[in-house]
Amino acid sequence: MIDTLASGIRLVGHRTVNAVWRLGAATRFMGLVLSRSAMSFRRFQLTLDEIHFAGVLSMIIIIVSGLFVGLVLGLQGYETLKRYGSAEAVGTLVALALVRELGPVVAALLFASRAGSAMTAEIGIMKSTEQLSAMEMMAVDPFARVLSPMFWGGFISMPLLAAIFSVMGIFGGYLITVVIIGVDSGAFWSQMQASVDFRSDILNGVIKSIVFGAAVTAIALFEGYDAPPTAEGVSRAVTRTVVTSALAVLALDFVLTAFMFTGV
Amino acid sequence: MKRTTLDLWVGIFVTAGVVALFILALKVGNASNVSVSDGYRVVAEFDNIGGLKVRAPVKSAGVVVGRVEGIALDTRSFRANVTLRIDKHYPFPKDSSASILTAGLLGEQYVGMDGGGDEQNLKDGDRIKITQSAIVLEKVIGQFLYGKAAENNSGGTNKK
Repeated sequence: MIDTLASGIRLVGHRTVNAVWRLGAATRFMGLVLSRSAMSFRRFQLTLDEIHFAGVLSMIIIIVSGLFVGLVLGLQGYETLKRYGSAEAVGTLVALALVRELGPVVAALLFASRAGSAMTAEIGIMKSTEQLSAMEMMAVDPFARVLSPMFWGGFISMPLLAAIFSVMGIFGGYLITVVIIGVDSGAFWSQMQASVDFRSDILNGVIKSIVFGAAVTAIALFEGYDAPPTAEGVSRAVTRTVVTSALAVLALDFVLTAFMFTGV
Repeated sequence: MKRTTLDLWVGIFVTAGVVALFILALKVGNASNVSVSDGYRVVAEFDNIGGLKVRAPVKSAGVVVGRVEGIALDTRSFRANVTLRIDKHYPFPKDSSASILTAGLLGEQYVGMDGGGDEQNLKDGDRIKITQSAIVLEKVIGQFLYGKAAENNSGGTNKK
């Protein structure tokens, strides 16, 4: 009886110590990535490669899903607003929903599953095949040469992807409500412009997407670097990247929204 | 992939992202509209501001001329002090009046300015003396019902 209780408490203690240890390791890891990032700007070609990998190759999925999210928002918004005789407000609805929340959040989720998982797998495999150690043997710092260009590539790509997502979504909303259903185009744009504010809506959305980009990329890099050097370890790390970054994005979104949009 | 094609694609991506940000700023938002950073502040006292909020527009003849910058309660007179920041391109006479109006039936509330005839213009820190408060729907209904009841009491015998 006492034994099982003690082992249960020991398990809780072990888990806590483990979690704190991992948090500390992740912080030190990010410190290293950031402090060795001089090379990713001096040899900007390295960062460009990563922007290509994280940004350009994610562009198709971002454009297509943005368009469809906008189409659905426009359709649903129109059906509901029609009852209150204010179908023109659908432009406001679509724009605010996308710029404030859906653009940054959905783009970050897609980014995590499209680019973040690939980053984790790449680093995990580089580690398990001892390519990172080989670099160190050749006096090439793997942090400066591999990890921090990846971080900056993701960091730069994410806000741009979120902006593309929002614009495609608004275009989708325009397409379905104005072109197909026939809401007045002037009212659509003017109501949108009257209620979307540059600083409090658009700038806050951009800040959100920057935060999400940094968080997702950091999680992906750390999970890859921390993965046990086996096939199973790498596959688990990839899964953890997607799950953790999705949770982190949603939790951060709540915190940021609470700070940004509820001020008196 | 060849270096030049890769660079080209990164260039296309970054350009698309920046263009998207510009579209958001100019077409969707209203960054091109008035953002009154420099202007003069005036204070208007209202008995009741209804649902007026900070950053609500200040309009004159339907044109946005400024924004509501602050709302505070004066605890001596128990009236609301509303600070308005008005674009410096729009001078108003000293005896202009401010009223709280509603855009549409259920729309947001804004401050309407009506120009007066004074020779001098409002300066930074001036007070607007002539104000008209927001119409509170419950009070209007209450007054209407009260009026109806009074009417029925006085001449109610022949009217039913």
